[in-house]
Amino acid sequence: MAVAEQIKQGSILGEKRKADLLSFLSAQGILMFFLICMFVFSLFSEQFFSQGNIMTVVRQASIIGIIAVGVTVVIIGGNLDLSVGSMLSFATVLVVDLHDKVGPAEAILIMFAATLLLGAVNGFLVGFMRLNSLIVTLAMLSAIQGLVLIYSGGQNVDIADPGATWFSEFGRGYLFGIAVPIIIFALLAIIIQIAMSFTSYGRRIFAIGGNPTAAVYAGIRKNWCVFGTYLISAFCVACAAMVLGSRVMGSQNNVGQGYELLVLAGIILGGTSLLGGAGSIWKTVIGVLILGFIQNGLLLLGYPYYTQWLVTWVIIILAVWLDLANKRKSLLVRHP
Amino acid sequence: MNTSDVTHISEESAQVTTPILSLVNITKKFPGVIALNKISFDVRAGEVHALLGENGAGKSTLMKVLAGKHTPDGGQILLNGKSMVFATPKQAKRSGIVLIHQEQSLVPEMSVAENIFLGSLPRKSANRVDWVTLHHESQKILDSLNCSFSAMDIVSDLSIAKKQMVEIARALVVTPKVLVFDEPTASLTDHEKPVLYKMIDTLREQGVGIVYISHRMDEIFHLSQRISVLRDGEYNGTVNTADTNEDEVTKLMIGRSLELDHASKPTDFGDNMLELRGLTVDGVFKDVSFSVRKGEIVGMYGLVGAGRSEVAETIFGLRKPSRGEILLDGKVARLRSSHDAVVQGIALVPEDRKDQGLILGMNCRDNMTLAGLGSVSSNGFMNTGAEKNVYDKYQQAMKIKTPGWRQKVGNLSGGNQQKIVIGKWLHTHPKLLILDEPTRGIDVGSKAEIHALIKDLARTGYAVLVISSEMPEVMGVSNCIIAMYDGQVTANFAGGAVSEDTLVQAITGQYVKDSDAPAGLDDQPAA
Amino acid sequence: MSAILDSVNSMIDMKRFLSGGAVIQPIWVFVVAITIFFSVMSDHFLSLGNLTNILVQTSTIGLIALGMTYVMINGNIDLSVGATLGLAASLSVGLQDYGITVAVLAAIASGVVLGAMNGLIVWKTGVNAFIVTLGAMIGVRGLIFVYTEEQSFYASNFAFSDFGISTIGPIPVLAIIFLLCALLMHLVLKKTVHGRNTFAVGGNPEAALDAGIRIGRNMMVNFIIVGFFAALAGVFLATQMGASTPNLGRDYELWAITAVVLGGTKLTGGFGSITGTMGGVLAIGVLRNGMNMMQVPAFYVLVILGVILISVLIIDQKINVNSSKGVQV
Repeated sequence: MAVAEQIKQGSILGEKRKADLLSFLSAQGILMFFLICMFVFSLFSEQFFSQGNIMTVVRQASIIGIIAVGVTVVIIGGNLDLSVGSMLSFATVLVVDLHDKVGPAEAILIMFAATLLLGAVNGFLVGFMRLNSLIVTLAMLSAIQGLVLIYSGGQNVDIADPGATWFSEFGRGYLFGIAVPIIIFALLAIIIQIAMSFTSYGRRIFAIGGNPTAAVYAGIRKNWCVFGTYLISAFCVACAAMVLGSRVMGSQNNVGQGYELLVLAGIILGGTSLLGGAGSIWKTVIGVLILGFIQNGLLLLGYPYYTQWLVTWVIIILAVWLDLANKRKSLLVRHP
Repeated sequence: MNTSDVTHISEESAQVTTPILSLVNITKKFPGVIALNKISFDVRAGEVHALLGENGAGKSTLMKVLAGKHTPDGGQILLNGKSMVFATPKQAKRSGIVLIHQEQSLVPEMSVAENIFLGSLPRKSANRVDWVTLHHESQKILDSLNCSFSAMDIVSDLSIAKKQMVEIARALVVTPKVLVFDEPTASLTDHEKPVLYKMIDTLREQGVGIVYISHRMDEIFHLSQRISVLRDGEYNGTVNTADTNEDEVTKLMIGRSLELDHASKPTDFGDNMLELRGLTVDGVFKDVSFSVRKGEIVGMYGLVGAGRSEVAETIFGLRKPSRGEILLDGKVARLRSSHDAVVQGIALVPEDRKDQGLILGMNCRDNMTLAGLGSVSSNGFMNTGAEKNVYDKYQQAMKIKTPGWRQKVGNLSGGNQQKIVIGKWLHTHPKLLILDEPTRGIDVGSKAEIHALIKDLARTGYAVLVISSEMPEVMGVSNCIIAMYDGQVTANFAGGAVSEDTLVQAITGQYVKDSDAPAGLDDQPAA
Repeated sequence: MSAILDSVNSMIDMKRFLSGGAVIQPIWVFVVAITIFFSVMSDHFLSLGNLTNILVQTSTIGLIALGMTYVMINGNIDLSVGATLGLAASLSVGLQDYGITVAVLAAIASGVVLGAMNGLIVWKTGVNAFIVTLGAMIGVRGLIFVYTEEQSFYASNFAFSDFGISTIGPIPVLAIIFLLCALLMHLVLKKTVHGRNTFAVGGNPEAALDAGIRIGRNMMVNFIIVGFFAALAGVFLATQMGASTPNLGRDYELWAITAVVLGGTKLTGGFGSITGTMGGVLAIGVLRNGMNMMQVPAFYVLVILGVILISVLIIDQKINVNSSKGVQV
């Protein structure tokens, strides 16, 4: 009898330990993985942990990071924004093209205005008309791409004299020894994280993403709040365009193609749920940086750049799977 | 619905032989509450056996036990004398006990025939559907039930009544021995009900045993041969329908002493805080007029589907009235959204606390402050100190039990969850507090606390509107009771001046007022 | 006969018609309208040559859309089809040293395997199809680059590229195959147990599960189907180009999804049709082709398509203003 009890207790404890392990792993999961990766890479490559290298990686990840910060807000609110890639193309082309035509300051202003307008269209369709955000932003992806092509006539644009303008500071400049793109990324991340964690607006977004019905029943103006998330997303794209255009001093008209995927990959990897109602900007920053460092690490180890895509494939699915498995307390789904 | 019909049916009823279904001492416990306590009754083949009981009496739990969704903690289910144990609903169904849902288990964009044979489509070779057999067999079943629609119609095009028939048709595929109907006419119009009754007759003739759960006396006396009553999870007797009448049955249903504390009801009333004049939402409710004074508790009593929650949602700005006015504090109010309502001082503790009242993934503190973010923030920035104070204040005042404010609200018990919702709204210091089924699914202890709380609130000057389906609750708490049936106010009773029987009549559509004044426009008697 | 009467009946039922439930979907009205428009604007438009051209041009997206329809009716989505197409194209050209048959079979097998993998992961891990196929979209592109080492391949065997332009009579073989596949997919969806179960799984998964339908298996089969078609489309594209490039297929998933949604299939699952999808495919194809004929830059097509897609959503929403009496949030 006693033995049976012990066995039963033991197996229960075993189960408990398994559940605990699962829970622990997934809570620290991605951060742990990040640190482990960094450690492994540094073992194999002396260059990896040099300050120059780290700075390069973060700088390169900044553009995706800046956009991802904005899209994270949309996702926490329970929606998607697939149009950011096209928007980036649009904004970059616009700011680069207008730079020589009306001057850098005016170009930036106009670009921000135009991009925010596009974000407002998204916000209107998803927030006020309550259409499905996947399809709406997919449609906008296509439409904005067309707009870019119409505007540029299919041509690439560039800035005639890159050395002669202060515009180059955004993409190429340094402030206190840190590359400006990194500073912009950090600033935006901090500001938006503060907004999400410490303002009533942020609280409302979490509520809407967590349970839109309950949010409305609590008197929250869901339509306006969702509208706002798309403006934030567009604003971030505009910032990214500024950095990108300034860095390259020119733009192909499809420069942003595919960015929406990388942004999503970073957000998913960071652990923010695509269902909404939870997540944070920090998680996204980590997710984006992980992707950046993996790319960098692989490169330093001598692998071609596209191997990172294979790694991304695996870790995205693993990360979400383990998180789900932890929540439902079983590794595999039970239904047939 | 005359008595000759009743006699006619009982003469035809099946012989009193071994019942097709027997429940023996069925017990079911949940944490903190005994939902079913040694329930025993039986159902004969070809019989309609009505099951009566108030909300919370245990009818739906019993149904779920029968259908295999819950395993009983004690007792036996005997089908044709054989003891059955169901691990899954599918097992119950295969054994011959089928529960008739209301539309949720149909695939909306598929045809009736495909829904009837869902998962068991007749096949020709190579995975191809045998359409001829499918349509033939499903039409056969539909014809046997005298359905007016065809097997090829798409389910989403059908009215709720017809969808129900499809559910019944699907149940017949497995030749059921027992069918359980749960409030089948709740969403049916008066036109559609006779069709259902006829179908039930047909099923009876086929020898099926039918358990019919309903509040509606007219139906029960029209259809059933026997009536069993549940009260507070206990079995309280079975009578032959032919040998009894509504009064007796009502007494069986609610006969316990209503522990009413009339004395502690608020007595000091101010002006009208809320006044509804002829409020109508087309297709939902009509001509609703009543008022709630400051310091007064008005109860809205009625069955599911009577329109009470919809009236509350309209007051709260979630529905647009087609006609009529809402006056708040003497002035006509423009309530275009829930935001407008909250800003103007209306609070709604909704019926479904999980879907409508709480963000389950958020912690207790955040849920508590959600409707009044303005008062715990300055210049848009949250003041977590103030938030914590708000949380502490209401947590102590209402004795909410949680391991801490960080706990996700989804982990709390029903009673504590409800208290958080109420706290959330009290924090907004509303002028009008509407509570929709405030103690549904809550343990007895918390229930009493919430009732006391409601009375306290009224005494401090709130105007309170309580919607409830439980008679002791509504009678124990309200200064004035509005009865609704089928989208209209049928009666307006002041406080204790109504008998339980009258109240039941009012909500089942049988109340006929003596005076000529149209229902709902009574003058409120002076307190 | 009764089928014709039924379809006429359901066309007259405006609500069902506008919500895409009738035999003919609203997108076809658009297709007919723009066909008439373009035939007026350009003499060559209605020629047999041009029409079969449209079929061939749209066959790539069209084949993918056929499979995507099943996946979306299931309530899922597959973002990796473009990458699968690219991989199949590269394999079908790159492996030609082993013979065309081997190359083509390997290419198609790759699509089947990838589809099975996606389906299995969605089934067993419970991870949302969006995420699973997003990962695959990124990763399979990586596979392509690894295999091709960023090179474009050129078909050495002329038989391969000849197939791409071969015809039976006046009609290109590719067009015929596309139409046959569409017909087959239509019949399977409407008439087989698997097809009907696909609707059930998407329309009400709990009811389907209760009724004994094997949900996971059903979903996996549909992912295999779309993987197969993506690979097939890749092979066909490679035969037409006589080559393959590593970036082939980028954005194709968007076009496929657009075609399927234009055709009336709902993202939420449980509703859709091959006829609708074909309407969506042709809408895109006719628009592109016609504008090309009128020498309108292709850019405008993108904008117009975005506008149409949004309009479809709006119309759909207006029609389906919830018939239940609940509060719309």
